[in-house]
Amino acid sequence: MTTEAVLPADLETALPTTLFRFATAGSVDDGKSTLVGRLLHDSKAILADTLDAVARTSSDRGFGGEKGGIDLALLTDGLRAEREQGITIDVAYRYFATDRRSFILADCPGHVQYTKNTVTGASTADAVVVLIDARKGVLEQTRRHLSVLQLLRVAHVIVAVNKIDLVDFSEAVFREIQADVQKVARELGIGSAELGTADHIDDLLVIPVSALDGDNVVDRSERTPWYDGPALLEVLETLPAADEIDTQLESFRFPVQLVIRPQGALAPDAVAAGLDVEAFRDYRAYAGQITEGSVKVGDKVSVLTPGQDPRTTTVAGIDFAGESLQEAFAPQSVAIRLADEFDVARGDTIAAAGTVREASADLYAALCWLSPKPLREGAKVLVKHGTRTVQALVRSVSGKLDLASFKLEGASSLELNDIGHAQLRLAAPLPLENYLHHRRTGAFLVIDPQDGNTLAAGLVKDHPGDHEDERYSI
Amino acid sequence: MSTFLTEETTQVTEAAVSTRLSSLDALESEAIHIIREVVAEFEKPALLFSGGKDSVVMLHLATKAFWPGKVPFPVLHVDTGHNFPEVIDFRDRTVDRLGLKLVVGSVQEFIDRGELTERADGTRNPLQTVPLLDAIQQNKFDAVFGGGRRDEDKARAKERILSLRDEFGQWDPRNQRPELWNLYNGRHTVGQHVRAFPISNWTELDIWRYIERENIELPGLYYAHDREVFARDGMWRAVGEVSQPLPHEEVITKTVRYRTVGDMSCTGAVESDAATVSDVVIEVAASTITERGATRADDRISEAAMEDRKKDGYF
Repeated sequence: MTTEAVLPADLETALPTTLFRFATAGSVDDGKSTLVGRLLHDSKAILADTLDAVARTSSDRGFGGEKGGIDLALLTDGLRAEREQGITIDVAYRYFATDRRSFILADCPGHVQYTKNTVTGASTADAVVVLIDARKGVLEQTRRHLSVLQLLRVAHVIVAVNKIDLVDFSEAVFREIQADVQKVARELGIGSAELGTADHIDDLLVIPVSALDGDNVVDRSERTPWYDGPALLEVLETLPAADEIDTQLESFRFPVQLVIRPQGALAPDAVAAGLDVEAFRDYRAYAGQITEGSVKVGDKVSVLTPGQDPRTTTVAGIDFAGESLQEAFAPQSVAIRLADEFDVARGDTIAAAGTVREASADLYAALCWLSPKPLREGAKVLVKHGTRTVQALVRSVSGKLDLASFKLEGASSLELNDIGHAQLRLAAPLPLENYLHHRRTGAFLVIDPQDGNTLAAGLVKDHPGDHEDERYSI
Repeated sequence: MSTFLTEETTQVTEAAVSTRLSSLDALESEAIHIIREVVAEFEKPALLFSGGKDSVVMLHLATKAFWPGKVPFPVLHVDTGHNFPEVIDFRDRTVDRLGLKLVVGSVQEFIDRGELTERADGTRNPLQTVPLLDAIQQNKFDAVFGGGRRDEDKARAKERILSLRDEFGQWDPRNQRPELWNLYNGRHTVGQHVRAFPISNWTELDIWRYIERENIELPGLYYAHDREVFARDGMWRAVGEVSQPLPHEEVITKTVRYRTVGDMSCTGAVESDAATVSDVVIEVAASTITERGATRADDRISEAAMEDRKKDGYF
């Protein structure tokens, strides 16, 4: 197949780059859009015509003053209302590349619907950069962001203490904020776990930056001689991506998206290219994207169908667009053939044999509530998990997170931006797994059956009885 | 690739292979996952196919997603009546080769029936919205794949991979669903439809590197060729039936290529010697101007030109 192996640096100079996804999260006016603009600008991802347009608009609006420069925030604020109001409304995606990596940046605004935006950006992120205004220090918003990142098990968290120029590059101010951040992190359990357990955020780095002037963004600054750590971009270039950590540890999981069974209807271009029509008459393969782990031809796998006992068989083949693979791994999209002719359909999961626990119709979960419509006990909702959507009843809400103490406090409903625990009863059992150990098969959406909107991000937890001590932790 | 390696290093490579995809493979895998999700969850999807490079890559990804089966949906082309003839020829050959059904929405027919009015500037790109929505309604398409990319424009940068459109085809940028993990929510009510953008996360350079790697055929005007052109609005415009120079605009022959392929009346060429796909990859990597800025008159109208068109139901 065409997969380009990523080689150690000394083997080949023209290496294919890898993808690294990160998000930024911050509060109002902490200069997040400016930081993003600075990263794009200094990594030369902004082309001349875009820069000209931004420079024109900046001067029209009288931006600049003594800096005489351009308003870097205009590079990311894409919507008319955003530019008019000078605020960022929605998650914006940005792209830039260095020699080592291609970056996908989810820029998540901090004021309205902040949890919705942060959860959205962080759900796919390998790392998240949290901004703090050096003049303001750790705010409630910062605590909220860090708790969401801990809940979502984002592998790396970087705290950028921005506007360090406005506190005269003061080491004392930086150290105080750094200590406050580390205190919050300790309360949350961030950075305390051994690397690679995926139970906790692996590391937490605090960097003094000035997005406006570029200090410690792309290059290390001479104006912060007391800081001997790396610049932000250096960190982003070298951190291991989440799937790099995960695939080594996790067992194979493959939610079936659809069955490829062309019967007579083979692709004319494939036939023209010499595909053996007879040999493919009874072709049957299961298409999907490997969510976790890896699989080899000959591996023993279980097919999990809701309401049935797992059926065990072996992998007969792994196909991708005319190529036969011996092995495939997350996040590859492939088609898998099985040795036995089972009835397998969309919504079933193929998993490494003996690694999954029994499917369950009782769902205990942490929910990030993302809708203005509150969650009430007794509500009927839809749960989308992997490639299956089932009806569900909200049996109880067992508490919501208090930001001051990071403890669950009693609650019977959840409102916009709340994080809480709930128990749901599913109309059909699902192969649920603890999100702590499975960032994909432990995740689900809560959907409104009436208008189809997404209400919440859900993270599967173990039944409270199984781990008494986990009950009050997020 | 392993042929470059000594026996000693093979083991290292195998370990690396099992952990990380290249960025191009990761983008391809993500796009195929999205295409399969839409096909599995919607009744009647269609793919917008203009013969432009992004839609050609989309169709190529669809063939890979369903191999060895046929691509299980029709393609939809909104014909402005101002297309480059070689692009229409390419479109028809491609549809034939893959055995697809082609649905055409015609701007010209709407103008002929008096349901659309020609604009003073002669540009027909913004006029595509009405025939597009009409074709979606007539054919009862509930999901429409587009080749839109978030790096193209600031409004596109905010759009979801599955983007809900109301009964009037409108996009509401302030009221979008959160898109979490790789779980796409395509639920919609009667009359609504969804635009799906599987290559949202690709950049122009990714597209070209992929075209090179996969050896994908494109219409010839993406590569350097000699053409009669005249200068207008800081771009080179081709001389053609619908694109005539004004008396003061001098016609000259230049070696040019197109970075985007749209309506002939508003798409400009760039001077270029890039005659092969690898030349283009190098050129794009070194480019200092965005593709839309360089070649699309309709996006120069205002800073929010794309946002305004999208809110009305544009691609």
